[in-house]
Amino acid sequence: MSNVPAELKYVNSHEWLRLESDGTVTIGITDHAQELLGDIVFVELPEVGAQLDAEATAGVVESVKAASDVYAPIAGEVVEVNVELEGSPELANTDPYGAAWFFRVKPANVADLEACLSAAEYTKEIGA
Amino acid sequence: MTATTQEATPKTTPLYDSHVAAGAKIVDFAGWAMPIHYGSQLKEHEIVRNDAGMFDVSHMCVIDITGADAKDWLRTLIANDVEKLGFEGKALYSGMLTPEGTVIDDLIVYLTYYGYRMVVNAGTADKDIAWMLKQAEGRDVVLTVRRELAMIAVQGPNAIEKACKVLHEDWEATVKGLKVFQGFPFGSVEEGWFIARTGYTGEDGLEIMLPADEAPLFWKALIGVGVAPIGLGARDTLRLEAGMNLYGHDMDETISPLQAGMGWTIAWEPADRNFIGRAALEAERAAGVKMKQVGLVLEGRGVLREGLKVVVEGVGEGVITSGTFSPTLKHSVAIARIPAGTGASAQVDLRGTLTDVRVVKMPFVRNGKKVFE
Repeated sequence: MSNVPAELKYVNSHEWLRLESDGTVTIGITDHAQELLGDIVFVELPEVGAQLDAEATAGVVESVKAASDVYAPIAGEVVEVNVELEGSPELANTDPYGAAWFFRVKPANVADLEACLSAAEYTKEIGA
Repeated sequence: MTATTQEATPKTTPLYDSHVAAGAKIVDFAGWAMPIHYGSQLKEHEIVRNDAGMFDVSHMCVIDITGADAKDWLRTLIANDVEKLGFEGKALYSGMLTPEGTVIDDLIVYLTYYGYRMVVNAGTADKDIAWMLKQAEGRDVVLTVRRELAMIAVQGPNAIEKACKVLHEDWEATVKGLKVFQGFPFGSVEEGWFIARTGYTGEDGLEIMLPADEAPLFWKALIGVGVAPIGLGARDTLRLEAGMNLYGHDMDETISPLQAGMGWTIAWEPADRNFIGRAALEAERAAGVKMKQVGLVLEGRGVLREGLKVVVEGVGEGVITSGTFSPTLKHSVAIARIPAGTGASAQVDLRGTLTDVRVVKMPFVRNGKKVFE
């Protein structure tokens, strides 16, 4: 059974979002996504400064089994990426909501978060 | 959606309940419900490279071949020559070919005191048996399909030592004395135990055939001496590092063994042994074999995967037939079929970007160590 923390927001392409106190939004892939992918061996992250549209490709996650795009759940400017994750991609399997965050954006419109799924809605989406 | 039929239900091996109890993630593999991993494919891969792991390969099919014509018949049925089996228990790897010289299946055949034992792939077993029966018409050949047997592959540097702790103590000296690619019955043939020093991982180890009803207890005993259950996911990364073909991926009925790295399994001599597919292979060889099987190495980021296009500038194009991340080497490797004139480098279309790869001779890993330059 996948872990879906109640305090986060989600999109149906299996990214999670967390609004930080400084107004930035941290983004990663969900526990359900890492379970589907299996052992993760490479992660490609966006460049700091990149302007991403909502649903634009923001990176790639490769597991032993498959390659999968990581999408920007909301529009915004990339302000930080998790360099540690590039060196230790397996963190995405072990700590998807913690050490394995992917990137942070300064949202174009913070209200976009409201349109994302709640934990309950995402849980229903994945049939967990 | 209508009601599912009986045939649509995946078949299960005698160890299915053992897999579920061990927390396996079960997937459909060629119509069989099999464990893909028990938590982490990467960890399971490392266990086999460094210690001892075991695979349930009971979905593979064991066929005993007896009758006065068995030997002559096998000398026409498969491309390698059972005449080479010089002593009891010796095993031979071979392709079984169509008259057009393409691969129906790849298999192992053992010489036994009662005749021959053949082990074929799970997904091809029904097709193989139908083909073999057709070829056996009018010959004194008896095929006995041993579906009542289970099969467990114990592989890794500590595999034989650990397996001997749970095998019959009277068998230990014989098991430890098995030559590589040799196996024979322990006890009577009817009792069902057959142990061979073979495998599919590039490590030392045993493949143990045994009665299905004894398999769960034996599996449990192996766990008890520190042999870890390993899923088919790690079996694939291990065999790929070892540069071993997988039927339906690296070769099938559209590919000649000469283009699939199986040229060494064709016994051309004696020239009058007229095995099925020989004429087609001789014609192909005379015309010049157009494609060859090689290893590809990507030392940068990314994973080479089956089906990706290989581009060789000024020469032509090929295809990756198996690709993966190599857990031992920590980068991606692949088996590819590429134009025969290819040199030491090529490019792979990796998600829209032509990426340089090295062309190497396989295997990639043997006994836990990198072997290519």
